[in-house]
Amino acid sequence: MAVTVGEYDNTFETPGKRAPLVVGDHDFASVTEAVCNVNERPMREMPLIWYVLFGIAVALTGVLFGSIGYLFLTGVGVWGVKNPAGWGFAIINFVFWVGIGHAGTLISAILFLFRQTWRTAINRFAEAMTIFAVICALIFPGIHVGRVWVVYWMLPLPNQMAMWPQFRSPLLWDVFAVNTYFTVSLLFWYVGLIPDLATLRDRASGFRKWAYGLFALGWTGAARHWHRYERAYLILAALSTPLVLSVHSVVSFDFAVSQVPGWHTTIFPPYFVAGAIFSGFAMVLTLAIPTRALFNMKDIITLRHIENMNKIILLTGTLVGYAYAMEFFIAWYGQNPNEKFIFIARAFGPYAWAYWTMISCNVIFPQLFWFKAIRTNIAITFVISLLVNVGMWFERYVIVITSLSQDFLPSSWDYYWPTTLDWLTFIGSFGLFFTLFLLFIRFLPMIAIAEIKGVMPQARAGHDQADGGH
Amino acid sequence: MATIPAEATEPAGTREGILRGMLVEFDTPGQLIAAANRVREAGYKRFDAHSPFPIHGIDEAVGIRMTILPWIVMAGGMFGLLNGLFLQWYTNAVDAESLSLIPTFLQGYNYLVSGKPYFSLPANIPVIFELTILLSAIAAVIGMLVLNNLPLFYNPVFNVARFRKVTDDKFFLVVDARDSKFDARATDELLSGLGGTAVEPILEYPSPSALPRPFLTLGVIVTLVALIPPALIWKAWVSKSSKPRIHIIQDMDNQAKFKDQRASVLFADGRSMRPPVPGTVARGDLQHDDHFFRGIVGEAWSTTFPLHKLPVDDALLDRGQQRFGVYCAPCHGLTGDGQGLVNQRAIELGGAWVPPANLHEAQYRERALGHLFNTISNGIRSMPQYGDAIPPADRWAIVAYVRALQRSQFATIDDVPAAERAQMPSAARPAEATEE
Repeated sequence: MAVTVGEYDNTFETPGKRAPLVVGDHDFASVTEAVCNVNERPMREMPLIWYVLFGIAVALTGVLFGSIGYLFLTGVGVWGVKNPAGWGFAIINFVFWVGIGHAGTLISAILFLFRQTWRTAINRFAEAMTIFAVICALIFPGIHVGRVWVVYWMLPLPNQMAMWPQFRSPLLWDVFAVNTYFTVSLLFWYVGLIPDLATLRDRASGFRKWAYGLFALGWTGAARHWHRYERAYLILAALSTPLVLSVHSVVSFDFAVSQVPGWHTTIFPPYFVAGAIFSGFAMVLTLAIPTRALFNMKDIITLRHIENMNKIILLTGTLVGYAYAMEFFIAWYGQNPNEKFIFIARAFGPYAWAYWTMISCNVIFPQLFWFKAIRTNIAITFVISLLVNVGMWFERYVIVITSLSQDFLPSSWDYYWPTTLDWLTFIGSFGLFFTLFLLFIRFLPMIAIAEIKGVMPQARAGHDQADGGH
Repeated sequence: MATIPAEATEPAGTREGILRGMLVEFDTPGQLIAAANRVREAGYKRFDAHSPFPIHGIDEAVGIRMTILPWIVMAGGMFGLLNGLFLQWYTNAVDAESLSLIPTFLQGYNYLVSGKPYFSLPANIPVIFELTILLSAIAAVIGMLVLNNLPLFYNPVFNVARFRKVTDDKFFLVVDARDSKFDARATDELLSGLGGTAVEPILEYPSPSALPRPFLTLGVIVTLVALIPPALIWKAWVSKSSKPRIHIIQDMDNQAKFKDQRASVLFADGRSMRPPVPGTVARGDLQHDDHFFRGIVGEAWSTTFPLHKLPVDDALLDRGQQRFGVYCAPCHGLTGDGQGLVNQRAIELGGAWVPPANLHEAQYRERALGHLFNTISNGIRSMPQYGDAIPPADRWAIVAYVRALQRSQFATIDDVPAAERAQMPSAARPAEATEE
């Protein structure tokens, strides 16, 4: 049997010995029980904090839809967008939420291709996070178009006006990229869920059996099915990998293809992708740390997982810091007076407060993860993950607002002030995100049960024949 | 199909079932692989190994060949790629005139944006890429499900209670009764010798095939209710009504404001437009200078320009030429000979047409300046009035230019200043110039 936490710290590598990914004396049945327990316990046995958070989240979701309703009835004038900053919170929030989603795909697809088996403990709810984040992201471009009832004009639908989208615009590429991303993420997530839904089906009775059975599609775990399933999963991973890189590249084209100083740079695509993964991993940690404590998943989402994610945050945070520095260097090296001006204005102009919030949250604090003591400290990790979330939101704020409010024409410069409704919509989107996430935790297996079993030592065929057990 | 007594099965009670296959249960993946090897070597083909997670090495043991799924995905991806390519070319770069037989709502056209190329691959790659990925992913998922014959909600193997552990921690080998080698007794013996924890037949029980009554009732009601909205839309579509259409999305079409020439309940005279206050003249509206505004001096058409308002110089003639080109040349022609494009087109079309005047005819050459001015201001015959469109100073500029045009057609060499006669082209000798 696997060793327990007390006996073996799986954040250290012992030569010749593979650090276990699941700690504690777990066998297949106990893993199933540990994960399904959250979905199967009676409602009254859900922790109080779940109810409190769910109540708050639902209330904030109400705020979101209330704000959107008011916006539709009144018009985009209720937001702080005006000349010269015609892009405000809607675009900032869109980029923020899409970025959050990227870590889920990175964990499920890229780490899968690299055979990083530790991903199995966190991929399910990282993917769920992706889908909920992309839902939040899709709301913002949908509602910021002004006349929302003609939002379908973004799609190439035959119509009596003989009007087609303009395919040479990055904003249209965005429509295709983000919708493809959402669809593929949802398919990937659902394919991963099928065997686990079958597990829930086989343990349930009555309506729950019917409902889980409906979505489990009659899965029996046959070897022929697994063969094609694994092939499909591998293909989806291989498709998602270039997709996830393309999505944030396309999002960055919204900026980089324009002429606005501070946006018109070739570093944007890689810089945006690194930032997206950075913010996404921070959000995974923000969600994973309380969840594993609350539902007793510490044997499955181990300290090793937390530490690995911290290492990725350190890497991507350093990449983002490099991008910030390189932007400044190119602004000087390129000798374009508008570029030089905008970067100096970012650091020392009217939005310096936002810039230095961004720098400290994204560049300075993650550097603490060079120290193992901090990487393996749950409390500090949690705080830094929150700071990174804040910092990455401010990154988008700095990019969108500073460049727009001080563009080529000094006479049009103006300070950007978000309105109360901007804030309510933004905060409300967190409500929607957490509502969906808390429902997911309650009703779907938050750990990929089948995958976890596959990386346990008992799963290695031949093992039990060679030494007759463990 | 062999039937066996129900007592041999766990869940059945007293009913008899049809034998659909047999299964054997194991505790570890290693045992399952070994058992699958034995069954395959015994010559069975229609059997499968069921496990809670994919087992490394099971494919060889069961005898599974590589799936064709990657080819399906490639087909899906190619479809997406070509679709993306065609969609963008057709909607943004196709020559619209070649599509005259296609209904309007399906027509593509040359979509010009800022002089950029209609079709440029770099700008079209992102959408092609995304559609390739999208269609590949959909093909992967649907292909996997179809090849696996899923969804399959009814499966006799679910009748075996212990099979529920297949998604938890047990491993099963299932032999299908349709296998040519399947024999209730022999297969039972083979499976029992595999070292599993239990061997059990898979039985299918006859069940009523009719839909349960509540489902049927609910289905009928839902279907009927769902038909009401399309029926209402269809009724509105085919019937006539004098009521205005339902205007859900206003798009600022109806605004709370008074428009010109409309009735108003606000003012006593019932009009939305306001008359000027009696006894007043609005700024700039005072036109007491008859010469400048109407071309009249005393009781007759003026024969002079209103020099007290504007000087007659090169600037005025340039302005006149420019305005003449805008307002007059379409009908009167650039030289004023009455052969403008509108006239040419009207003659081509045939029908009743009063041709514009040739300004070089004697009666127009001799017409007083004020009279020309008045014709521009108020129109004549089919010529509309231009007084509203052209300010008085510009009308005088046009008059000046018309006079210049008239002189140009009847000029002699004496009209050219002596200093510039040498610059005349050789073709334009004095005698010929006079004739022109």
